[in-house]
Amino acid sequence: MSAAQAIVRVRGLNKSFGDLHVLKDVSLDVEQGKTMVVIGPSGSGKSTLLRCLNLLEAIDSGSVEFDGKDITHLGRQAYRARRDVGMVFQNFELFAHLTALENIVLAPMQVKGIAKLDAVATARTLLEKVRIPEKANFYPDELSGGQQQRVAIARALAMKPKMMLYDEPTSALDPEMIKEVLDVIQDLSRDGMTSVVVTHEMGFARRVADRVVFMESGIVMDNSPTAEFFRGTSSERAKRFLDQILHH
Amino acid sequence: MDKPWLVFEYFVSPRFVLGAALTLWITIVSLFFGILVGLLIALLQESKNRYLNAFAVGYLWLFRGTPALFQIIFVFNVLPQFGITLSNFWSGVVALAMNEGAYMAEIVRSGLQAVGLGQRTAARALGMKEWQAMRYVVLPQALRIIIPPTGNQFIGMLKLSALVSAVAVEELLLVANQAASANFRYLEALSAAGLYYLLFTTLFMLIQAKIEDWARGKRRRRGKKASLIERMIGATSDSGRVR
Repeated sequence: MSAAQAIVRVRGLNKSFGDLHVLKDVSLDVEQGKTMVVIGPSGSGKSTLLRCLNLLEAIDSGSVEFDGKDITHLGRQAYRARRDVGMVFQNFELFAHLTALENIVLAPMQVKGIAKLDAVATARTLLEKVRIPEKANFYPDELSGGQQQRVAIARALAMKPKMMLYDEPTSALDPEMIKEVLDVIQDLSRDGMTSVVVTHEMGFARRVADRVVFMESGIVMDNSPTAEFFRGTSSERAKRFLDQILHH
Repeated sequence: MDKPWLVFEYFVSPRFVLGAALTLWITIVSLFFGILVGLLIALLQESKNRYLNAFAVGYLWLFRGTPALFQIIFVFNVLPQFGITLSNFWSGVVALAMNEGAYMAEIVRSGLQAVGLGQRTAARALGMKEWQAMRYVVLPQALRIIIPPTGNQFIGMLKLSALVSAVAVEELLLVANQAASANFRYLEALSAAGLYYLLFTTLFMLIQAKIEDWARGKRRRRGKKASLIERMIGATSDSGRVR
């Protein structure tokens, strides 16, 4: 990987919660315009890694560089970095008191100061993009899980992020809704949105990922181009993990 | 009741009207300051500083652990020994507001806590500062939870305001009592006062229903709305507790 293209550079990242050492000397690059899928057993530190990339978690040691800037020590200024990074959560976390449209325009208007008309126009375009323009005026609890997650993706995109982070975006969904969400993520990736996706969906990883990272116990055990990873030249542990989730 | 018109005469007499107005005023002022105190105590409880936490817990212990009547008499009679002399009216209001604050704190806190941590995280992930997340995401949702029980507190406070008669504030109950002791027409005088209380509580409940509709915003009306009687019984059993 040519280092010049990396939009994210993580070096020697460590993170503990009390006595629990969750991330151990994690180093990796995320290339501009590429999609990285992070897999691994639960508790392996995948989500924490994701939350360190937009500083939702404070970093104990090591460094995170985003878009050419060292963001490790932004501290109370961390919100500046977050404006350029979209995040999608397992439980959607749409704002319950706002309609789909209001969810999408809130941050552009309040954080970026974009005029309401422009924000609404952008929001409607984004709802088209995630294929639910007809749900603009619905409240989150009136939408299915798959629809909520697609609104959540639109909400993140409304900030015109340089990178998207997906934290198990389909884990809380009924099986029949997983595809509609993965399709949207796949479209975005194919359009060149830099993405880091924590997921257990191996078919998606195979189709969409440029690289696959395998984590276990807070350590990056494997970080390979997708084809290589699935061809089985990856580490023994990764193979065992794949076996477990592919043949359960 | 051999002279039923006496109830009406009392009801419209200037003394009763003034007493009723004062009762209403005590209620509004005490609740207003009570809400401010409650907000402050709730934020202290939520704070990460353990001294502030300890202060909040001590406050709740003190004001929920002693009767409101005790607090009123204490403020009126004991504070002057420490150089703080308040009028009868303000002694009553200060005590009621401090007492109310201890109960409002719990209401505010449960409202804040009912908004999941994930909502705040999502707001921060969108680049909002902490205060923006509070202002645009947490508080609007918390308010909808806080408003209905606050309406009950209003009705509770109206009834608690009668305690202020103990420090000779001429509110409704004291007026009625004085009127009756002049001619032993207790039934008529107290009935007139009782009618005022019922009038006020009924009005409050109607206003509360309107506010709850507003708090629900444009949302579909979900579930059965409480009838007026249910509200009154609910409010009475909730706020009529002895403090």
